[in-house]
Amino acid sequence: MQVPILKQGPYLIATIQSALTDADLVGLRDAIVEKVGLHRALGVIIDITALDVMDSFATGTLRDIAHMTRLRGARTVIVGMQPDVAYAMANMGLTLEGITAALDLEEGLAHLASPLPPDRRR
Amino acid sequence: MNVTTAMERRVAIDCDRDIVEARQQGRAIVLKLGFSPGAATLVATAISELARNILLYAGRGEVVLRAVENGTDQGMVVLARDQGPGIPDVGQALEDGYSTSGRLGLGLPGVRRLMDELEITSEVGGGTVVRAVKWRDGA
Repeated sequence: MQVPILKQGPYLIATIQSALTDADLVGLRDAIVEKVGLHRALGVIIDITALDVMDSFATGTLRDIAHMTRLRGARTVIVGMQPDVAYAMANMGLTLEGITAALDLEEGLAHLASPLPPDRRR
Repeated sequence: MNVTTAMERRVAIDCDRDIVEARQQGRAIVLKLGFSPGAATLVATAISELARNILLYAGRGEVVLRAVENGTDQGMVVLARDQGPGIPDVGQALEDGYSTSGRLGLGLPGVRRLMDELEITSEVGGGTVVRAVKWRDGA
């Protein structure tokens, strides 16, 4: 299942639309990192509303995406995490270290548009 | 006739699509048993970790999902079985941050936190059986 990545102004928006396999997640990572360069994007939003489970692999891959895009000069914001998924992550002890999260797409875009002090810029 | 105790699904784990299949089957079963959506997500997450461990360390195996009863409580047993190399030090594998695969190392300790019971039987060269149980109303 490929994840569509749309360009909106200086941002990329990747919307996960169903459960993803590990290979799908790795494909998403590579596609985002490539497109950040291709479109000279300043920010990336990953909408995980439709993601059924955030296990250690999904969490690790999202952390990798945030880290890799940061190294390419773009900030990543995760939006749309479902309460049940957040509950499971908290129970399991998984953290989105280094990743910014926002409630939904609107909040995510607002976050990317807001000027942050340099030490908080990701 | 007790329908719930007869509910059992076996999912062969051969590729990463099977991880998704196993966790979706598991979620469907516990929702039928009356688990809350939140608890069902805990179970699905645990199944995802266990199925991935099979693929990662043994290459193939199976996940058995079985509905069980204890008095009025309903539960699900997850058995993750493989004929892989086994775990030399089960205690170490349950430590946070320990991983031989270079990943986060939260798989098995995470599963222990998500489920009510966790039992690992493993023999070097003889494969691994992980048995995890989650109860609807409490351990």
